[in-house]
Amino acid sequence: MLKGKAHKFGDSISTDHIIPGRYAHLRSNLPELAKHVLEDADVNFAKKVKAGDFIVGGNNFGLGSSREHAPLVIKMAGVSAILAKSVARIFFRNAINLGLPVLICDTDKINNGDELEIDLTAGTVKDKTNGKTLTFGKIPEVMLKILNEGGLIEYVKKHGDIKV
Amino acid sequence: MGKTLAEKILSEKSGTDAKAGDIVIAKVDLAFVQDTTGPLTVRQFQSSGMGKLANAQRTVLFIDHAAPSPNANLSNDHILLRDFSRQSGCILSEVGDGICHQIVQEAYARPGDVVVGADSHTVTAGGLGAFATGMGSSDVAVAMGLGKNWFRVPESFKIEVNGDFQKGVGAKDLILHLIGMIGADGATYKSLEFHGNTIKKMGMSGRFTIANMAVEAGAKVGLFAADATTKKFLETEGRGKDFKAMEADADAVYKKTIKIDAAKLEPTVSKPHTVDNTALAKELKGTKIQQVVIGTCTNGRLEDIAVAAAILKGKKPAKNVRLIIAPASRRVMIEALDKGYIKTLVEAGAIILPPGCGPCMGLHQGTLGDGEACLSTANRNFQGRMGNPKSFIYLSSPATAASSALKGEITDPREVM
Repeated sequence: MLKGKAHKFGDSISTDHIIPGRYAHLRSNLPELAKHVLEDADVNFAKKVKAGDFIVGGNNFGLGSSREHAPLVIKMAGVSAILAKSVARIFFRNAINLGLPVLICDTDKINNGDELEIDLTAGTVKDKTNGKTLTFGKIPEVMLKILNEGGLIEYVKKHGDIKV
Repeated sequence: MGKTLAEKILSEKSGTDAKAGDIVIAKVDLAFVQDTTGPLTVRQFQSSGMGKLANAQRTVLFIDHAAPSPNANLSNDHILLRDFSRQSGCILSEVGDGICHQIVQEAYARPGDVVVGADSHTVTAGGLGAFATGMGSSDVAVAMGLGKNWFRVPESFKIEVNGDFQKGVGAKDLILHLIGMIGADGATYKSLEFHGNTIKKMGMSGRFTIANMAVEAGAKVGLFAADATTKKFLETEGRGKDFKAMEADADAVYKKTIKIDAAKLEPTVSKPHTVDNTALAKELKGTKIQQVVIGTCTNGRLEDIAVAAAILKGKKPAKNVRLIIAPASRRVMIEALDKGYIKTLVEAGAIILPPGCGPCMGLHQGTLGDGEACLSTANRNFQGRMGNPKSFIYLSSPATAASSALKGEITDPREVM
């Protein structure tokens, strides 16, 4: 069970909002890079977020660049899952490859600051603040296997191969 | 039942009868990274225990995003890539050689290939019929080590374009129009496959421009048939033997068909801060700009520079407009020099940057100031993209960009041409 607070964002949060290209010189210094997580969407996010919290986006979360640093800095901030109405393709794969769950559900029903409880096995998001329970779409099986191993590199380390 | 181009290529590379929705393991023919995603890819590869590259001669590291490097940190990332190239035997493309996507289509990608790159605009090589898609560092590291990866076979949208473009209108206007119509997530996870007379007649440069921006509608690939035009292009590149005719089956099944009449298109511009926020250039008349950029993996080819040179010949950009031109590759730079385009442009007041990504990603060479607006031929105008979240980016064709540079405001190129 994952527990934490919802940090709500709007539609079309791009990889440039998550970690702008102008910080590319910090990509080999991840702790410094992570201080700028989501800076262009909410300048105080890095200070507000606590371990276990959730990012709650709208449509097409993570559109744009292939930079894996985007989900990486979100994970480093302690975020335990991303919830969105829809998610961009490369970002989705990158997040799962880092062992960071991305859950597709109707995030209009969640408000900023709500306390959430997520059951990955049951596929439910319980909003403790408003009492509502949402269900999220199934993660494809191949991605679930990767997620369960803690990410793609961990998967390959263990199996020495990739299978579907 | 017939197959789409995406289904055909993934069937062949996975050795299965692949249909939309299937998950397959496919052979990867080319894996590449660039200097802002490469260091993480190298680290992921090294920590994975895979040890050796599956095919060092089909693994390429490109130094193009921050080239030449503007600071020590990025220079150190470049050293890491050079060291990895030496140790692993893979190919290194150095500072000044050009943008990864341009060199991939000039020198590496073949029709029917599966190409993965740690850069979202890897889709560019779809212009010559390669299943080329952007992935993150971990996925590319796995493709480098195992020579394969998993793919979900995408459903396809058939984009059928017929008719002749008006003067001043072309491939960039077509793809901006399409993205404006279907939205930045209108083709998420899909293969956009381009058909129709307009496409058959279109040269490779235009096909690459369109394929390059497929990702801006969320697509996984943007695919074109490999036809006589593709064959001629590969022969000109000295790669005639790499040609293989590829086309979708006539009875292929598409999730959706979108028809576009090219004759009805007008010069189109994306407004800040999303690519699907489109308008006609004429509707934005009067919008002041302080910088114009002609270049990038979308529109930094010889044909694009030729259009700019023709419009700017013997003229000067408006006062207070910085006109930046960045050829996409060393090859493009040499040809533009040979044809006299560079001289024409420099005489017209342009600043010529070395072959590479230029100011597109906000790392160097043209970062905007607060409140400034830029009209760029790039593919992305997200807030902060060019290095300053307090600036504004508009996207257009080279014709619209060059015409707007002359006037100092967004201008329909038909007013100038």
